[in-house]
Amino acid sequence: MGNVPSAVKHCLSYQQLLREHLWIGDSVAGALDPAQESSQLSGLPEYVKIVEVGPRDGLQNEKVIVPTDKKIEFINQLSQTGLSVIEVTSFVSSRWIPQMADHTEVMKGIRQYPGIRYPVLTPNLQGFHRAVAAGATEISVFGAASESFSKKNINCSIEESMERFEEVVKSARHMNIPARGYVSCALGCPCEGSVTPQKVTEVSKRLYGMGCYEISLGDTIGVGTPGSMKKLLESVMKEIPPRALAVHCHDTYGQALANILTALQMGINVVDSAVSGLGGCPYAKGASGNVATEDLIYMLNGLGLNTGVNLYKVMEAGDFICKAVNKTTNSKVAQASFSA
Amino acid sequence: MLSEAGLPVVEATSFVSPKWVPQMADHAEVLKGIQKFPGINYPVLTPNFKGYQAAVAAGAKEVAIFGAASELFTRKNINCSIDESLQRFDEILKAAQAASIPVRGYVSCVLGCPYEGKISPAKVAEVAKKLYSMGCYEISLGDTIGVGTPGIMRDMLSAVMHEVPVAALAVHCHDTYGQALANTLMALQMGVSVVDSSVAGLGGCPYAQGASGNLATEDLVYMLTGLGVHTGVNLQKLLEAGAFICQALNRKTSSKVAQATCKL
Repeated sequence: MGNVPSAVKHCLSYQQLLREHLWIGDSVAGALDPAQESSQLSGLPEYVKIVEVGPRDGLQNEKVIVPTDKKIEFINQLSQTGLSVIEVTSFVSSRWIPQMADHTEVMKGIRQYPGIRYPVLTPNLQGFHRAVAAGATEISVFGAASESFSKKNINCSIEESMERFEEVVKSARHMNIPARGYVSCALGCPCEGSVTPQKVTEVSKRLYGMGCYEISLGDTIGVGTPGSMKKLLESVMKEIPPRALAVHCHDTYGQALANILTALQMGINVVDSAVSGLGGCPYAKGASGNVATEDLIYMLNGLGLNTGVNLYKVMEAGDFICKAVNKTTNSKVAQASFSA
Repeated sequence: MLSEAGLPVVEATSFVSPKWVPQMADHAEVLKGIQKFPGINYPVLTPNFKGYQAAVAAGAKEVAIFGAASELFTRKNINCSIDESLQRFDEILKAAQAASIPVRGYVSCVLGCPYEGKISPAKVAEVAKKLYSMGCYEISLGDTIGVGTPGIMRDMLSAVMHEVPVAALAVHCHDTYGQALANTLMALQMGVSVVDSSVAGLGGCPYAQGASGNLATEDLVYMLTGLGVHTGVNLQKLLEAGAFICQALNRKTSSKVAQATCKL
């Protein structure tokens, strides 16, 4: 647009621009610049908890197997960014997900900083016991709102999977270990196509009822748009309080941030994301996967919302892991900032 | 191909000197050469009166002029103040009015400037109001370096909408920081119903090497379709046009929808 010459000199360096003018940099918990308040949208939560799923959901969809020591270093770096929840690994059989074969070593190897939570995925009781033995103090279980997806992914019906998870969550509760529930295909399924909000609500309610403290609604193939997100949340919020809900948006069709904005406007204040937008999509070769934590933080900072997370440090961790998986970042903020 | 995709407005070229923008050197041939489908507008950029005359001679039926909400940006770019830059367009507007040629006004740097940093919504409103009162039928508000976020978009639009009716407003969001679609959604929520975008997300950012540029039309159409908003655009044909131009430019698409669907 406009008549922009191809060579531009003397403009602010991007780092300077971001630091001094556009609300990025160290975000100090609770300290909001009064000048920023005007950019706060009314009706938005004051604080947003970011659940970093890069080391698990991100890496599990990356082809390059990252050595254990690099995974540990990556997670340790993330621990120093201000993130309060970092999903470490998955206690799943290495037959299914080779990237997570070193789950025990990673869990044992990371430095667990006080005040930060390190949940792990536990698909069954066996995985749960292994996780606990390795030092896990929070777990997650993974359901789906689609029968076909459930059968294809974990080889059983939704009902059977719920029975399995009941065992896990019950054991977790006995040991005072919090359990988070995921519902995948919340806005669409690669097998079935559209998924009704009612079905998602039913599965979510089941997981919440069995004792999961939080339900993360996942747009697994990124097909959702703000309209379908709104309908979904309207349905689920009839049964589950918004403070117990999270959104996990994939950016396969570029809709993630718009969908997240919609969720925030509806009162959700927990958002899953992956640094560098790690992880592709196993259902659309070449497509992108998770929403990038950097781009999410950029939006939240701009909205004047508190996250406690330092964007620069996240970008550094992103740079580290991209080198480890030998790929360029999927984060637009990182692309714009590092190449300036 | 873009015309066949059902887009109602396709900005064809820019009647700017090839010294500045070599890619647009063939502006006259392009405008004369394209098939002009009935019902579709083909505006062209006219940075000065000479360009305007050349555009009209080449058959242009709609033109676009541009201002900026930043004094420093204007000075660096075209070596004059905002007021002086708008005065230069007076000639074009008078001639266009006499010839019944609609003129669209662009305002750049509405959510941030690579030189000044923060831009006040009041300044954007002032420039938008000037262009509108000079006779522009529509004002396209451009987040030139893509730094905006939904709250800033809302503040800016609130200020502008005091001076220019929302029906005459458009947003032109760049996706440099991945915020374009969220910002566009905010604009729609505020009543804006005209959105600029570029197939395949063409164009980078001259201010951040390697960064992305325009919002990809495919991704925008995907969202609008999902929202049940009518656009008249055929996404499949749009994807084909995107694939075509990416091949011509020997580059990958910046559209996520294109990336996802092409490989299925």
